[in-house]
Amino acid sequence: MNTKHIVILLIVAALMVFPLLFVKGEYGGADDQAEEVIKEIDPQYHPWFHPIWEPPSGEIESLLFALQAAIGAIIIGYYIGYFRAKASQ
Amino acid sequence: MHIMEGYLPIQWCIFWYVLSGIVWVYAIIQLKKILSEKPEVKPLLAISGAYMFILSSLKMPSVTGSCSHPCGNGLGAVLFGPAVTAVLASIVLLFQALLLAHGGITTLGANTFSMGVVGPFFGYLTYKALKGKINSTYAVGLAAVISDWMTYVTTSIQLTLAFPGDNPLHTFLAFATVFAVTQVPLAIAEGLLTMVIWDKLKELRPDLLLKLGVIDESEVPNVSVVTEGGE
Repeated sequence: MNTKHIVILLIVAALMVFPLLFVKGEYGGADDQAEEVIKEIDPQYHPWFHPIWEPPSGEIESLLFALQAAIGAIIIGYYIGYFRAKASQ
Repeated sequence: MHIMEGYLPIQWCIFWYVLSGIVWVYAIIQLKKILSEKPEVKPLLAISGAYMFILSSLKMPSVTGSCSHPCGNGLGAVLFGPAVTAVLASIVLLFQALLLAHGGITTLGANTFSMGVVGPFFGYLTYKALKGKINSTYAVGLAAVISDWMTYVTTSIQLTLAFPGDNPLHTFLAFATVFAVTQVPLAIAEGLLTMVIWDKLKELRPDLLLKLGVIDESEVPNVSVVTEGGE
C-alpha cells in the first residue's frame, strides 16, 4: 500500500460521502426504482414468477450480503498472502 | 442491474437465456483450454470471481439519491476475456437470486448477459484498445469503468425492449435515469478500486499477467519469464 493507493481509496470514500452530504434522497435500491418505472409504463403487468425464497427481514438480508462480501474477501486475501509469502521465499 | 424475478415477460427470459447459453458453452470450452494450458493462472481466476463477489455486494449511495452496486466484472474481462467473465458473473448472480431475492432465476439469462457479457465485452475492447499505449493500471481502470457502466446501460436496454411503452426512447431514458445515471460515480469508484487490485497483482505476480498476455514485458522489465512453448 503506497501513497498512490491511499489517495485512490480516499477518492473512492469521497465519492461515497459526497452524495450523502449534498443530495437528499431516500437511498433506496435502483432495482426497486426500475420496478416502479415498469409499473408506470405497463400497469397491467404482473410478475409471473416470484422468488423461491426471500430473506425474512432486512437483518437476514444484510447477514447474507456480508457473507457474500466475506467469501470474496477471504479468497482475495488468501491468494494475495500466498503470493507475497511465496515471493519472499 | 438486477432485473427482478418475474419482471421480464417469459419470451424475453427465454431470449436472453439462449444468448447467454451460447456464451456459457463457449466459455466452458475456453475455461478448459486455459486451465489445461496454463493451470498456474487458477488463482487469478479465483480472484476475478471473488472480486465480483465483493463488489456486487456493496450497495453504494449515488448522486441520484439512490443506491446501486458496482459489478467487479472489469477485472475478469481484462484477465480472461468476456466469455469466462460470464461464467463468473452467473455464479454471483445465482447466489444473489437464491439467497437474497436479488435478480431471479427467470431473469438469470438476462442479468448474465448484461453483467457477464456486454459489460465485460466493452471493458475488454477498451483494454485492448489502450494496451501498450498507456500504463496498464490506467487502462484497467478505464476498462473497469466502461465494463460497469455498460452493464447498466444494457439493463436499461433490456427493460426497454420488454416494456417499450408508447415512446420507446422516452422509456429508455426513464430506465437509463434509474440505472445509468446512478451508476456514473459508482463506475468511477469501481475503476479506481480495480486499479488498486491490479497494481497488487502486477507487483506480486507479473509473471502470471505476462503469461496471460495482458501486459507487455516492457512494463515489468525486471521479470524474466520462463515460458515453455507459450507466448
